[in-house]
Amino acid sequence: MSFLKFFRGGGTHSAEAQNQAERISRRSNGLGELSRQLAREGGCSILDLGPTSAANITYFTNLGTRTYTEDILRASREPQYLTTTAEGQEVVDPDKFLAENLNFEAEQFDAVLCWDVSDYLSESLVKPVVARLHKVVKPGGLLLAFFHTKDAGADAPYHRYHIVDRDTLQLQRMPVSNDPNFKLQRVFNNRHIENLFREFGSIKFFLGRDNIREVLVVR
Amino acid sequence: MWKFQKEEEKPRPSAAPAKPAVPPQPVATPAPLRTAEPVRVAEPVRTAQASSIAHIGKSVFIKGQLTGSEDLYLDGEVEGSIELPGSVLTIGPNGRIRANVTAKEIIVRGKVNGNLFGVEKVELRNTAVLVGDIATKRIVMEEGAFFKGGIDIQRAEAKPETRAASSAGTNAQPSAPQAPVIQK
Repeated sequence: MSFLKFFRGGGTHSAEAQNQAERISRRSNGLGELSRQLAREGGCSILDLGPTSAANITYFTNLGTRTYTEDILRASREPQYLTTTAEGQEVVDPDKFLAENLNFEAEQFDAVLCWDVSDYLSESLVKPVVARLHKVVKPGGLLLAFFHTKDAGADAPYHRYHIVDRDTLQLQRMPVSNDPNFKLQRVFNNRHIENLFREFGSIKFFLGRDNIREVLVVR
Repeated sequence: MWKFQKEEEKPRPSAAPAKPAVPPQPVATPAPLRTAEPVRVAEPVRTAQASSIAHIGKSVFIKGQLTGSEDLYLDGEVEGSIELPGSVLTIGPNGRIRANVTAKEIIVRGKVNGNLFGVEKVELRNTAVLVGDIATKRIVMEEGAFFKGGIDIQRAEAKPETRAASSAGTNAQPSAPQAPVIQK
């Protein structure tokens, strides 16, 4: 829990208060599509993989949706998951990580919100996490993920995504954005994204004006 | 009553140190309470003006089943289970709980590894760290709170199935909609 200092109140509460004024509103076509599908089904189960957002919990519980939240990027930075490769490089051990995280029943969720976590996850975790998500999403279930374009730049800050309504988000810059452990790790191109989700049934791209591609994947 | 003294008027140090006007109050540090028996919190003495709240300090460790029928402020360490079905439980910022919790209202400021069942409300303050599931009618979450687990908003007062604190998955069916959720 060493990185909790960045997320808890007290010392970071003032930073969080400052960030309240820095929220950026953003329309999300991917979220709109996901919201429409969930509204049709009703009584769904959602997994949110971003930083804890009370707004998201509010939104989904008001819809009658059972909500799970698990900040996997923050969890992946815990030192107990690190291992050293033969080349002496320190990487996150996916087996250790998945033994304690994303431990859900198979086909449990109707939808998963990945936000832009994939862009910030350690390389060793990206494919194993997507494989685990494939297992926990129901057939026909949805996965919404955001990917930065190359124009976003290497210093693209890490945001918490708050759902305002069915197709509107607010982006809140996280205080850890200046932490090297929360830096943008890669930029996927469309082929990389298609390859990443090849086990899923279909994939739909939504291009935004703010250097972020939205991807809605159907299992 | 204190007053300024000029340099030349300061008393010379004497052999015996002067006693302070108000002696420091000794701080009670109770020995850690370790018991496997259910711990019952005594019935409160309620006056017309105020009701009492039981208080467990940060140095206290309880292992076992903690039950009661009065409001409780818990700032210590508990391992086991906590059942206060008609009362308000506040977990203080130093609280370290490894237990499933049932209470009328649960306010979390510290660390909890376990499931929370708040009959009326569960509140996570900005210093809260919760790993476990929540089942309640209403949830209030401050920005800065860390939460890993599932939320089940329900109107029924039936206690949900409790699961191991380390597990965050469940096959429970979603609850009825339209329960108010407040964000601070």
